[in-house]
Amino acid sequence: MEHTIPEKHYLNEATGWKSWLMTLDHKRIGILYMIMVMFSFFLGGVFALLLRWELISPDKILMGPEMYNQAFSLHGIIMIFLFIIPSIPAILGNFVMPLMIGAKDVAFPRLNLASWYIYVIGFCFAVYALFTGGIDTGWTFYTPYSNETTTAVIPILTAAFVLGFSSIFTGLNFIVTIHKLRAPGMTWFQLPLFVWAIYATALIQVLATPVLGITLALLMLERVVGIGIFDPAMGGDPVLFQHFFWFYSHPAVYIMILPGMGIISELIATFSHRRIFGYKFIAFSSLGIAFTGFLVWGHHMFVSGQSDLAAVIFSFLTFFVGIPSGIKILNWMATMYKGSISLDTPMLWALSFLILFSIGGFTGIVLGTLSIDVHLHDTYFVVSHFHYVMVGGTVMAIFGGLHYWWPKIWGRMYNETLARIAVVLIFVGFNVTFFVQFIMGTQGMPRRYYTYLPQFQGMHGFSSIGALIMGVGFLLIGIYLIHAIFKGKPAGPNPWRALTMEWETPSPPRAGNFEGAQRLTHGPYDYDKVVPENALKQYKTL
Amino acid sequence: MDTTRSLFLPPQGSTVASDVDALFGFIFWISLFFFVGVTAITVYFCIKYKRKSETGQTTPYVESLALEITWIVIPTILLMVIFVWGFQDFVRLHIVPANSMEIKVTGQKWFWSFNYDEGATGVGELVVPVGQPVKLLMSSKDVIHSFFVPAFRIKMDVLPNRYTITWFEATMTGEFEIYCTEFCGKGHSEMWGTVKVLPKDEFAKWLEAGSGPGEGESMKEYGARMFVKNACNTCHSLDGSKNVGPTFQGLFGRREVMSDGTTITVDENYIRESILSPMAKQVVGYDPVMPTYQGILKDVDIDGLIAYIKSLEN
Repeated sequence: MEHTIPEKHYLNEATGWKSWLMTLDHKRIGILYMIMVMFSFFLGGVFALLLRWELISPDKILMGPEMYNQAFSLHGIIMIFLFIIPSIPAILGNFVMPLMIGAKDVAFPRLNLASWYIYVIGFCFAVYALFTGGIDTGWTFYTPYSNETTTAVIPILTAAFVLGFSSIFTGLNFIVTIHKLRAPGMTWFQLPLFVWAIYATALIQVLATPVLGITLALLMLERVVGIGIFDPAMGGDPVLFQHFFWFYSHPAVYIMILPGMGIISELIATFSHRRIFGYKFIAFSSLGIAFTGFLVWGHHMFVSGQSDLAAVIFSFLTFFVGIPSGIKILNWMATMYKGSISLDTPMLWALSFLILFSIGGFTGIVLGTLSIDVHLHDTYFVVSHFHYVMVGGTVMAIFGGLHYWWPKIWGRMYNETLARIAVVLIFVGFNVTFFVQFIMGTQGMPRRYYTYLPQFQGMHGFSSIGALIMGVGFLLIGIYLIHAIFKGKPAGPNPWRALTMEWETPSPPRAGNFEGAQRLTHGPYDYDKVVPENALKQYKTL
Repeated sequence: MDTTRSLFLPPQGSTVASDVDALFGFIFWISLFFFVGVTAITVYFCIKYKRKSETGQTTPYVESLALEITWIVIPTILLMVIFVWGFQDFVRLHIVPANSMEIKVTGQKWFWSFNYDEGATGVGELVVPVGQPVKLLMSSKDVIHSFFVPAFRIKMDVLPNRYTITWFEATMTGEFEIYCTEFCGKGHSEMWGTVKVLPKDEFAKWLEAGSGPGEGESMKEYGARMFVKNACNTCHSLDGSKNVGPTFQGLFGRREVMSDGTTITVDENYIRESILSPMAKQVVGYDPVMPTYQGILKDVDIDGLIAYIKSLEN
């Protein structure tokens, strides 16, 4: 069946750059975020490639140790604060979540636009820091080093501080939206699981981010006026900084992964055409992760000099974070059982997630174990574990989500063959890059090392080849996705025959999302009751 | 089992290493079992339940509370076993045996130094006897460092404002790497050291002998050894290139401008003063970051270094 692009939609109902920069439409704000966040991803990726290039040899190739320390710090700061934290909530949460619950927009559209501008201000501070001395503290800013270094610590802390507000406002907006703007008839247990995940994420954003703000503000005061909170020379305690920092930054890794899990729930259900198994278990496990995530920050500090009793308690609680993640994986598998599975590109991303995130989870158990963490802490094992969770988890999910909703966002389909090649390139490249880093880590290779002993050179070289493969993969994705925006085949309102509400409107949707008021006619996963079609006739407004 | 262990883990050089490795192995095999299970089932489902019609209609199913409880309870039990096991080994890693010998460890940018009760000191090289528990009492002179010996499976952060403690008992003689694992700036990745484990009698001899050139070693050669051992090479080049500090190439007899504008000629006394009180006279254009070696280097070490520097002509 041939589809056409509707005559009027949110992309062309208003024109001119002002209509974009002053827009209150959640879909356009999602796209504004997409431009900024994906540019940051590109920037962070360039730094990653520079790092891997330098590490091919223990001697100098491109940069000296000072440059290298700046490059790994910038890679981390850009990827964490500018890319992965805002990525899924700000891009896809913004675009898709209101559509999914049948709302015309988020609860506070002006605040939503303000969040984007705050993000841009934070971005500018980060770029300013990049050009005025850089930063060499790593993304963790540990004192007393961050207090002593001559690099641009204040601008980068300001950047992270400002970006935090963007995150808080987005979270607040989403919480209110999900509470107040659901379509009539849509109860909490008829929410798509992506919405549950965004909701759990928003709770963490609102509750944890202020602590980061306070911590970074204290660190700035320490540097500027020497208040002596963290500086041992003035009676302060550097380990206190680590407690403050991880009190935010551990929950923050759930800000990074929960929305990804939400996307995977949607992908597995849609491409298995099956009612999601254990809906309530998946929904509540998101809240469980959000809650438990606040109680485990000390597992980053088993060898920091914190009390042994604290270390034992944090280890004990850490194992309970693993359980909700396991619940999700097993429920997703059960959903596929007796499903009708179609291996379209988004599903391939979801399957990659399932495999890579499992490895990330199992190695997390290794690291949560007290005696083993003593050996593995601050080695490449941690680097690899973190990337399996964040890239193998979140990045697989965000690209799965982008491929899934791309036809909804732009109304056009990308080249399926190139897209499949890209998934394979990324999956292979990722494992080549990072699996070998587990072995380097267990063998004792410490992280944040500019140079290393010759016995690690073979593995470092292997890892760098993988990074190159991934780089090619991401470049390919950028090319065919942008191509699809202009030249892709019209996709129709519901190319995947999914049942969540965002597919009940034309692609791309109109400015106000839906014709008239939206009502719930079936649950998000009623594949055993309804046969969805890629046409709007079935979804007449009631 | 053993090949997996040697692929992943370094040699077992201490009494706790085999226990840590045993638990690592336990988690490894359990994880591998479940990972292969998850992957195989997922792939099987993808093939077996491949979509056959365009609409892809599926049948309803019954939610199974029993199934949910099963896959919550079984992992929980396994995780608790792992926790308790890890906890027990952690306690062993942290309780220092009463008969330990104590060595003071100092971390600073970017080298380790070791002080023995008997008065001996060492830089970059920790000499210990085999089969004897050793307690390390550690502190830092500047930022946070972390003391890591992979072969012993021990690691502990080294802090500027308090002592931290770790211990080990070496089970075999040989040399093992020490790394700094808390990022501490430019020289972080070269803050390497060695643990040299000696038989007990040789260790006793080493403690008595103290320092000085070995038999048949000239002062210049001894100085060259001290140059590397005391990590001078982290900041001072030998090829004329500028590093954290001035190059040693052609240093002796060179006229240098100091940060206060005066000019001096590098002689024996200037070198000695720069090693012991580095802040007294600094060459212009360099940051004041040179640590003092007061109490670390003996006169004979400094004599050796001077002899070595004299030999480094342009």
